[in-house]
Amino acid sequence: MKYQSQSIAKLYFIAAIGLFVGQILFGVVMGLQYVMGDFLFPYIPFNVARMVHTNLLIVWLLFGFMGASYYLVPEEAERELYAPWLAKLMFWIFLVAGAATILGYLLVPYAELAKLTMNDLLPTMGREFLEQPTITKIGIVIVALSFLFNVGMTVLTGRKTVVTIVLLTGLTGLAVFFLFAFYNPVNIVLDKYFWWWVVHLWVEGVWELIMGAILAFVLIKITGVDREVIEKWLYIIIALTLISGIIGTGHHYFWIGAPGYWQWFGSIFSALEPIPFFVMTLFAFNMVNKRRREHPNKVATLWALGTAVMAFLGAGVWGFLHTLAPVNYYTHGTQITAAHGHMAFYGAYVMIVLTIISYSMPIMRGRTANGPKAQVMEMWSFWLMTVSMVFITLFLTGAGILQVYLQRYSDTPLGFMVVQDKIELFYWMREVSGVIFLIGLILYIMSFFVKHDDEVTA
Amino acid sequence: MKETFTKGMARNIYYGGSLFFLLLFFALSFDTVSELPDRDNRQAINESVTLGKKVWEVNNCIGCHTLLGEGAYFAPELGNVVKRYGSKAAVKAFIMSRPKDGVPGRRSMPQFNLSEEELQGVADFLEYVGGVNTENWPPNIQG
Ligand code: HEC
Ligand code: HEM
Ligand code: HEM
Ligand SMILES: [Fe+2]
Repeated sequence: MKYQSQSIAKLYFIAAIGLFVGQILFGVVMGLQYVMGDFLFPYIPFNVARMVHTNLLIVWLLFGFMGASYYLVPEEAERELYAPWLAKLMFWIFLVAGAATILGYLLVPYAELAKLTMNDLLPTMGREFLEQPTITKIGIVIVALSFLFNVGMTVLTGRKTVVTIVLLTGLTGLAVFFLFAFYNPVNIVLDKYFWWWVVHLWVEGVWELIMGAILAFVLIKITGVDREVIEKWLYIIIALTLISGIIGTGHHYFWIGAPGYWQWFGSIFSALEPIPFFVMTLFAFNMVNKRRREHPNKVATLWALGTAVMAFLGAGVWGFLHTLAPVNYYTHGTQITAAHGHMAFYGAYVMIVLTIISYSMPIMRGRTANGPKAQVMEMWSFWLMTVSMVFITLFLTGAGILQVYLQRYSDTPLGFMVVQDKIELFYWMREVSGVIFLIGLILYIMSFFVKHDDEVTA
Repeated sequence: MKETFTKGMARNIYYGGSLFFLLLFFALSFDTVSELPDRDNRQAINESVTLGKKVWEVNNCIGCHTLLGEGAYFAPELGNVVKRYGSKAAVKAFIMSRPKDGVPGRRSMPQFNLSEEELQGVADFLEYVGGVNTENWPPNIQG
């Protein structure tokens, strides 16, 4: 570690992993509710578990992105963080606000939470992924702005690199598009239209910039390939991302009341969205093949390659599967969507955060890389989590194909609940895969506690 | 990569391409918003629908259901539920009659204890959503 203030990242990463565990526990609860409908009812209804699951996901990924920034920005800018105290303060504010919100979901009925937090003053609650009370949303904006200020000042007063500029652009976009979370008209079409400016323009726009920047940083470090080469790739990737992904938003405008021309714009541009993910895969493998040094942190390399491949599969392949309007007409809002959502989020954003953690955590703990025992254990967790996520995706895809056929395509369409009963077996298998995912995650955490007597200090 | 394609060129494509498509996106969005009055059933919005949307939101119905195909996939699509049930009264009756402790062994919907006004609001809201021009989605009445 070159700069003292980089170590603030450790705090963020620990919190991220803690919340990750919570996310998965609630995922497994929901997986059971899918097949045992009354499980935990009425104490934790499905919708509550779902809010906890998805909100924890987003919050821990944000912790991850912030930690990544605090780690890599000082190193790139070649100076200490502008205001380390602010980063620490915001950490606690974000953690407490996040925990309070989750407890709010779990402890009081949602309608009560809305009343308690005076949702009527500025109603923003009750929309998917944006369930947080308005006051929490305001808190998120404050945290995001202080964070941007801190990171921005560090970049602007230090060495500016392509990695930090791209990262900063992505983070700024993240904050700007989040502002649309405060726009909630009664008109459902306008509501949905701009809701996607948060959700789609995040995951298929600015977050990809963040992902690209983090991946580029880690590849520079572990492969020793010339920065010029890596920066060129990075520009190509993010150019392709935004050129396809911005108009690609149209793949959500097919059936929500927007004009019919979106079926053309949305299909054509979103069909191009897999390309940047494919280039990212080429990029990662090329750089590792052309490496100029043998970095002792093998498992970080595995994560870096893994995230590129899995993001391509989850976002690129599974996204393409249902993105053309004539296909989406049948698959819209089915288990196919859930299958894609899982693999894409895991492959791109979960894995990129685990990549930077894997690379930087040993350094922050005073060694270049963990010892072989810890690394092997982490590799096992990589495979357990990744393979079980592949199976979750496959089972949900199976469920989705049957659902589409039985409920929407056959000559005698069946009702939703009838169909859900018929495809129960797939949900059981998803649940089993989910439990294996959880085991992989536990192993991941255990790998941090392996005694490092045989550590590498190359 | 060959030197004929330089980092500077990649950077210019990034800035130029992103800006161009962002502006195109704004233009298309502007056009969309100006075409919506003919498509989004806004003439049906009244006080009851407004209340209904609020009830919809503060009870997090989207956490189990889809609405026009967006939301959760645990419970039936509701954008066309008034048509599926044949009347708003039937929809209200369903919501009202949910047992407090759920249906044993079956996916259950909570009892929200809504007032008559709120119930009417949700039903009116769902009917309003059902009137949006969705380009013929969903494929059939099952949603
Ligand atoms: C905890 C999950 C959950 C929440 C939250 C929820 N529902 Fe439901 N809802 C269900 C389930 C499950 C069914 C199917 C019940 C059955 O068929 O036995 C259902 C069915 C319905 C139906 C009948 C649909 C049909 O086609 O049969 C309507 C109408 C409905 N819900 C309205 C609402 C409204 C309005 C809200 C919010 C105030 C809401 N639901 C919140 C789970 C939920
Ligand atoms: C890492 C990048 C991506 C992530 C994290 C992601 C995640 C998601 C999620 C969570 C949803 C569900 C949203 C909801 O709840 O309504 C979704 C929907 C969708 N995604 Fe992606 N996605 C990514 C990239 C892509 C790409 C590249 C494509 C196209 C090639 C794509 C195509 C779609 C489509 C068509 C839908 C709508 C599904 C429906 O109609 O129900 N996604 N995505
Ligand atoms: C890192 C791993 C995981 C990620 C990134 C993740 C992500 C997500 C996302 C983005 C959604 C919203 C999906 C959408 O709207 O389309 C979701 C919903 C859900 N997740 Fe996960 N999840 C993970 C692990 C799990 C596990 C292990 C299980 C269970 C075994 C699980 C079960 C569910 C269920 C049941 C839903 C609700 C689907 C619905 O709406 O019906 N998840 N998850
Ligand atoms: Fe999208």
